[in-house]
Amino acid sequence: MSNQIFVVVEHLKGKIEDITFEMLGKGKEMADASGGELVAVLLGSGAEGMASQLGAASKVIYVDDANLAEYNPQAYCKAVGSVVEANSPKMVLIGNTSMGMDIAGGVSVDLNIPFVAYASGISNDGGTITSALYGGKMNVDSSPSGDGCIVSVISGSFPADAGRVDGSPSVETASADLSGLTIQFKRLIEPEGGDVDITQQEILISVGRGIQSDENLPLAEELAAKLGGAISCSRPIVDSKWLSKTRQVGKSGLKVKPKLYLALGISGAPEHIEGMKDADLIIAVNTDPKAPIFDYAHYGVVQDLFDFIPALSGKL
Amino acid sequence: MNIIVPIKQVPDLVEELEINSDGTDLDREWLKMKLNEFDDHALEEALLMKDDSGATVTAIALDGDDIDKALYAAAAKGADKLVKITGVSGNSTHEAAKAMANAIQGMEYDIIMTGVQSVDDRDGQLAVILAHYLGNSHVSVVTGMQASGGSVTVQKEYGAGMVAEFEASTPIVLGIQAARETPRYVPVAKVRRAQKSSTIEEVAAGDIGVDAGSSVSKMYKPDTGAGAEMIGGSAEDQANKIMELLTQKGIK
Ligand SMILES: Cc1cc2nc3c(=O)[nH]c(=O)nc-3n(C[C@H](O)[C@H](O)[C@H](O)COP(=O)(O)OP(=O)(O)OC[C@H]3O[C@@H](n4cnc5c(N)ncnc54)[C@H](O)[C@@H]3O)c2cc1C
Repeated sequence: MSNQIFVVVEHLKGKIEDITFEMLGKGKEMADASGGELVAVLLGSGAEGMASQLGAASKVIYVDDANLAEYNPQAYCKAVGSVVEANSPKMVLIGNTSMGMDIAGGVSVDLNIPFVAYASGISNDGGTITSALYGGKMNVDSSPSGDGCIVSVISGSFPADAGRVDGSPSVETASADLSGLTIQFKRLIEPEGGDVDITQQEILISVGRGIQSDENLPLAEELAAKLGGAISCSRPIVDSKWLSKTRQVGKSGLKVKPKLYLALGISGAPEHIEGMKDADLIIAVNTDPKAPIFDYAHYGVVQDLFDFIPALSGKL
Repeated sequence: MNIIVPIKQVPDLVEELEINSDGTDLDREWLKMKLNEFDDHALEEALLMKDDSGATVTAIALDGDDIDKALYAAAAKGADKLVKITGVSGNSTHEAAKAMANAIQGMEYDIIMTGVQSVDDRDGQLAVILAHYLGNSHVSVVTGMQASGGSVTVQKEYGAGMVAEFEASTPIVLGIQAARETPRYVPVAKVRRAQKSSTIEEVAAGDIGVDAGSSVSKMYKPDTGAGAEMIGGSAEDQANKIMELLTQKGIK
């Protein structure tokens, strides 16, 4: 086993995603602390130029293949697996993102190495990994028992700035056998524009499953109107088709940073927190005093939202 | 078409979670369990495909607390076959996936669909790990699919509402994020009837020989409320305090 920390680079439409810089920043800290080497693993087709944004790493391993021109779950699994197998790094950091969720577990099985998911913290020696489980209600510390370990990292766990370093790391090219793929990329479908762009709003009144029914939405809408803000929501509200996808805050929705984020009946699952934790002022209203949202809110109100909303609306 | 839907019971997060005496896991004695909500979506999508084109849907689960009830509920919703895998002791995803792979290897299937994740899958998500034990391809975070012949078009969600579309040949394993429709509800009476009219086939787990690959040293609650200043009192008091705050911050 080498003393290398690998970071799998995630990019879409020519842009490197923040999670990559977050992992590079953390990986650099770990490599510095243990005298190891930070290596970025970049996959693509004609994407070598991105290496100049990966200056936090001392080396970039680059796999160029026509099958990697667009993200492909199967091709990425094979390519990452082959690079990891050839180098036996001490730890491989992969985003706990839509893409990373395809890759991390597959490489763990193919190479028979441990996988620890949902990491929100990693000790600098790599010996202890903190995972956020049970919708953010429990943290679990664990230690990998075997050599090499794949860790999937929750977005927003580490600052991106520490890893956003331009430079000219050495680029080592590698190849992978990507024959026999049974999955082909077809197309990207862009989100439809909404009536309101919630990323541009200064005040968001955000509703979660605590609102119980779409019949109760007007309560929150009235409050939003009185405060001069817009309505946003957690994922289940969109899955129930009560509000459109353009209103969803979080991992698979939008990242927002309003002046006020008023969370009504939202538990604060890690996937939601990713999207709103940088808001200037977060106020959470929830009947459960143990709701994880209170860890991220600046002000917490333990109250039934059906009592709280009319009380606040009445004062506006 | 044959669709297999692995399902699992998970702790209901609405209830208070307590930690066991050695501080490494939940105190499981009093836990209230419910079906993993993403498995419910996977089952719904499978049943919608059955409604559309007459697929055969098999719900499969590892033996465990309340699992018979969950399987009978799947039958009440429309699943054709129920399978329970017995003799698995560990609770890691790797062990569960290996036991499932052993059981599924002898079955006919085109698509396996299960929830994209669960609240306790610390060593990774079931769908991808199961796929690799079976030697099948896999896509996670799936929000739509259309199957025809030996191929399936799959929609996978990225962030910010962006969706990627892939064309894949079967067999394939899919991690389902959301079904086309809100998962159907079945009344308890219908589950009881299903319990009388359907049978659960039991299959032994077979050789497992894998584990989580890591060991837990500590489970603890994040400092809830550590970040927030909590505002007490009646709803009226709380609203007054929030009004003050909004005025003070120049928001209202
Ligand atoms: C790949 C992936 C991506 C995801 N992306 C997102 C995303 O972008 N955004 C997102 O939000 N989620 C996302 N999720 C889902 C996420 O895991 C949670 O399931 C979701 O955030 C929960 O939404 P919620 O807080 O509204 O519901 P719940 O977790 O059910 O919480 C409801 C809350 O309401 C409270 N409550 C109930 N009644 C009342 C009342 N009368 N008054 C006050 N409070 C009340 C309860 O105490 C509870 O805390 C994603 C999941 C996956 C797997």
